[in-house]
Amino acid sequence: MSETQSGDALVSFRGVQKSYDGESLIVKHLDLDIRRGEFLTLLGPSGSGKTTCLMMLAGFETPSHGEIWLDGKLLNRVPPHKRDIGMVFQNYALFPHMTVGENLAYPLKLRKLSAGEIAERVKKALGMVRLDALAHRYPGQLSGGQQQRVALARALVFEPKLVLMDEPLGALDKQLREHMQLEIKHIHERLGVTVVYVTHDQSEALTMSDRVAVFKDGIIQQIDTPNALYEAPSNAFVASFIGENNRLDGEVVSVDGEQCSVRLGDGSLVRAQRAGAEAARPTAMSIRPERVRLGALAAPCETRLSARLIEQIYLGDHVRLRLALGPTQGFMVKVPISDVDTAWQAGQTLDVGWMVKDLRALAPQDA
Amino acid sequence: MLPAYASLPEKAWFWLFRIFNVLVLLFLVSPLFAIVPLSFSADSFLVYPIRAFSLRWYEAFLTDGEWTRALMNSFIVAPAATLIATVLGTLASVGLASREFPAKSLLMGILVSPMVVPVVIVGVGAYLFFAPLGLTGSYLGLVLVHAALGVPFVVITVSATLAGFNTNLIRASASMGAGPLTTFMKVVMPLVAPGIISGALFAFATSFDEVVVTLFLAAPEQMTLPRQMFGGIKENISPAIAAAATILILFSVALLLTLEWLRGRAERMRTRKA
Repeated sequence: MSETQSGDALVSFRGVQKSYDGESLIVKHLDLDIRRGEFLTLLGPSGSGKTTCLMMLAGFETPSHGEIWLDGKLLNRVPPHKRDIGMVFQNYALFPHMTVGENLAYPLKLRKLSAGEIAERVKKALGMVRLDALAHRYPGQLSGGQQQRVALARALVFEPKLVLMDEPLGALDKQLREHMQLEIKHIHERLGVTVVYVTHDQSEALTMSDRVAVFKDGIIQQIDTPNALYEAPSNAFVASFIGENNRLDGEVVSVDGEQCSVRLGDGSLVRAQRAGAEAARPTAMSIRPERVRLGALAAPCETRLSARLIEQIYLGDHVRLRLALGPTQGFMVKVPISDVDTAWQAGQTLDVGWMVKDLRALAPQDA
Repeated sequence: MLPAYASLPEKAWFWLFRIFNVLVLLFLVSPLFAIVPLSFSADSFLVYPIRAFSLRWYEAFLTDGEWTRALMNSFIVAPAATLIATVLGTLASVGLASREFPAKSLLMGILVSPMVVPVVIVGVGAYLFFAPLGLTGSYLGLVLVHAALGVPFVVITVSATLAGFNTNLIRASASMGAGPLTTFMKVVMPLVAPGIISGALFAFATSFDEVVVTLFLAAPEQMTLPRQMFGGIKENISPAIAAAATILILFSVALLLTLEWLRGRAERMRTRKA
């Protein structure tokens, strides 16, 4: 297991495990290649091991087992201050006794750059996060969003090989968070620096990343582009964690190539796209609420069933409808406002339909 | 202050409370006020009423060989003990704060023990321990014990400051390429400076008015100011003691004000707000 790195990988985890108490593994087994220049997000619920992975990469935690490589160099025995990895922390971790300018100059002074070059780089970095006027302020005099921008500039100003971000937007309010997501994404695109980003917010991960690694119980469940994660989740956990999802349980009756037939709890048969389900085994099928058609629009669909409408929730641009479909009471459907039929009433029975490829039959994950 | 709707008992309590507070403060500082006027007495005895005022005892204090030597000794021993106590105490606090280990509270207890153990026991112990080593009757011996007495104050104040320390600052510093020593000097030290300064002040005051250990350890050459005053009051009750005391009070107040100002400045630096 001690082969070095493949060509375009900047960071490689090889068989990495981490346990704090010597008994339970917080990271069970990690093989991961991070490509040069990519924006990779580690996404997962708390306790899933994503932050531990980041801390091992930064050098603040040591793997119990396995190797971490950075740019062809084994990192395990390199202390954090010799790794040349920038880091942005959740609560910014700006030095309160230094001005914004001094905070940014700190890593540059350590690298013994000339005063002229330090001043120039600090100015450029502040310009990048649009805080030129605040170089002489102290962190305590800035708003949360401004502090986070300073922290970002400070992690980038010394041009590290890699920048790690540990839930950097967690402390900001929703609007500012969405704004900062785009700002970080644009800075990444402009500089081409490799970023590893940790978050538990799936929409943040989808917005910013080139690839997302979904963690659960110390194992990467799936690593893929945001699009592939959403459209083709490889198991029931990923399907429910990324975006909204309707789950239908059943048993696979027969398999033919890419598709299969599944018997639902009430005995009816549906066809589904096979994504891990095996013949004669239970399966969890997943379909996104926006892939379901209702009423007249369900007519051209490959699969058609009928369901009882329980309630409608008006959300301006779309309406969410909760339906009872077989044994499932919470079958959610999202209909654009232009497709809503004003005649729909709670208690009414409606046609529901979808294309076979949109219903994905997954291997069940009942851990 | 007192709201307009206050009832009579509330008003009474309001004033009683303030009068009581003033009495407590008076109780705490009145011994100081008793000694100060006596130092300006022309009389040869430490008695009220003062019949004539003069500065003769200040003159005596500043010209007498024993008093000036005691003053000088105090200014040798106290700063040396403070320096040792501050450096060791600060390092111990940083070590205790940085990680969890089994004997942590035991270690903390040992470090703080010189403050809890009766000083007379420390004095006897130090005497018996130092005598075979030839450290009794030496500046080194006195400085070492005074430093040990000062360490608890430094450990307690610095640990309290470190308790609120954001360890991510240390990590941030490391991620930017700073080794542990640089991080300590550039990030940790400036931010815990208020605690270090307060601890150093207490350590200095402890050594500066310490009598008991000095009684056991000091030869006549190492007589400190408090020890000289203690001896003076037994042998010849001269108002020069009052002059010495007044000078000590003034010095302590000046020291306290300076360090409080320094501490306040460092504290503002730590939590600078708009």
